[in-house]
Amino acid sequence: MSITYLEAIRAAQAKALADDERVFIYGQDVGAFGGAFKATKNLARDFPGRVLDAPISEDAIVGAAIGAAIEGMRPIIEMQYADFSTPGLNQIINQAATLFWRTQVPCPITIRLPSGGTSGAGPFHSQSMESLYAHYPGLIVMTPATVEDAYSMLLEAVAIDDPVIFCEHKRLYSHLKAPALPTEAMPVGKARIARAGRDLTIVTYSAMVQDALAAAEELAAEGSEIEVVDLRTIKPLDTDTVMASVARTGRLLCVGESFPWGGVTAEVIARVATEGFGLLDAPPQRLNAKDTPIPYHPNLWLVHRPTAQTVCAAARNLLQM
Amino acid sequence: MLLSRVLDEKMAGLYRAGKIQGGVFLGRGQEALSVSMGLALRKGDVFAPLIRDGAGRLAFGEPVLDAVRTYLGSVLGPMRGRDGNVHRGRPREGILPMISHLGAMISVVNGALMARRFKKMDGCVGAASIGDGGTSTGAFHEALNQAAVERLPLVLVVANNQYAYSTPNKRQFACKDLMDKAVGYGVPAHRVDATDLEECLRVLATAVAQTRAGGGPQMVVGRLLRLCGHGEHDDPTYIDPQLKKSPLGRDCLKVAEERLLSEGWADANAIRALRQEVTQEVDEAVATVQREPAPDPYTENWCALSSSHLTEVFEILAPAAQP
Repeated sequence: MSITYLEAIRAAQAKALADDERVFIYGQDVGAFGGAFKATKNLARDFPGRVLDAPISEDAIVGAAIGAAIEGMRPIIEMQYADFSTPGLNQIINQAATLFWRTQVPCPITIRLPSGGTSGAGPFHSQSMESLYAHYPGLIVMTPATVEDAYSMLLEAVAIDDPVIFCEHKRLYSHLKAPALPTEAMPVGKARIARAGRDLTIVTYSAMVQDALAAAEELAAEGSEIEVVDLRTIKPLDTDTVMASVARTGRLLCVGESFPWGGVTAEVIARVATEGFGLLDAPPQRLNAKDTPIPYHPNLWLVHRPTAQTVCAAARNLLQM
Repeated sequence: MLLSRVLDEKMAGLYRAGKIQGGVFLGRGQEALSVSMGLALRKGDVFAPLIRDGAGRLAFGEPVLDAVRTYLGSVLGPMRGRDGNVHRGRPREGILPMISHLGAMISVVNGALMARRFKKMDGCVGAASIGDGGTSTGAFHEALNQAAVERLPLVLVVANNQYAYSTPNKRQFACKDLMDKAVGYGVPAHRVDATDLEECLRVLATAVAQTRAGGGPQMVVGRLLRLCGHGEHDDPTYIDPQLKKSPLGRDCLKVAEERLLSEGWADANAIRALRQEVTQEVDEAVATVQREPAPDPYTENWCALSSSHLTEVFEILAPAAQP
């Protein structure tokens, strides 16, 4: 018996719906169809009237979620793809993210973004939007990398009184499996040491944690002990755990699947350089996707984003500095 | 209507005297339509006013002090200096605080109405305000369609005041009439001469009653002319003088006053007394607020999250300015 990352997301939503009558799900094709990825499979059947198909209107979908949240509901929004959240960006960053600051009325909405690249998905079904949303005050941005976190963090996202951008990685949906759903979880905002090591720290999040772990395994065979820090939430960012790891290893490589200009990897390096410059034995490095739209063809796509192989290469390079 | 006009004039005066930071936005010419919207609603309804809805806000129950405190930046106001001027509201009391992006409030009203439906609270109505320019936004279309699909009790009031900032109708839309925009979504539309208070009261009451009775969303299009600039910083020389002279350019307040006099429902003395009364109310509110504290950047918590324990502190990266 095992459970996938996708099944964990579905199970978390089922539990949220069962436990709290204020929860409802709203998004395109989430009803009887069960969602483009089946993350809401059977939920409309099991919770009649609480899992609603929406028109293709991302702005109005998020706007309605905000209105419902003001009235005390706790909506879960499924964006069909993270890429499609941009037509709803205005409502997310200008309405949801500012509401509490402006009025002291909380805005407990969860926006699920099926994120990241999969083979053949191309420029508009592959994006990682977490850095964009993390830029705005008033939002929490979660990037679960494990089945356990996908489940427990989604439940926490629904429970939190603020808007949460929940970046779930499509490449993990069916690939990643765990023996069972977790019964306990780390607190929101705490990073996790996914693998301990003493030679070099890789800070990453979401699906890249899996690539980083694969790279660490390969480098272990070469005699290097790599520590992998899974950020779990990128906002808030657990600088303490990152800094403690860099203090142990003296070397920092930040890996992210999103575009290279700015973003999570740049933020982590900026913080370490500012607050922990003396901990570094070598210049901190970062590895991101290329600065082009995400290509369709697998030959191009495999080279566009970081992989276990390129993480290995970057780590070897840094170990020699 | 009169209270709103007097309040607006007072705010404009304070702005010209340099007492108000940011902008001042008047409802001059739009009071009849706006007040009719506020009066047609009742406590427990949801209202998303826009920048020229001072009259509607007062009619819906927003205290005069909320406007004055938000304009003057009093820390005791509903926005406590964090937002200003027309960007005010009390979401828990059904007045949604507008953001600047036009059309964005309509779907928020939709969501509030969906929540009421989830909670089995029947008989609630939501009203949202938009202008001729706002009907060009995607948000307007998405939200109107959403309200129609969900068959929500929404009244969407379009104030066609002929200009979106400086842009005239002919550069804003190409349909013959803004009423046409409702047709595409299966939404009934009501036309109203927004310079005529009586007609506004009747049409808004009808639209609200129809949606409250389960008739689904309704759109009301009022025609009028904005009798002021976009804001008090704006010299509206771009407004066509022919429009000003046309029936569209009538001042709804004067029209209403003349009607009161001609019908014998009030005499000049009563109107004068009313004006004195509301002027005193506004003056007292301003005097009160001018004695109130402004927000203090050093006691401000600078926390954008309700979950304060998840707020990141950036002070090491960006040290706070010293007093």
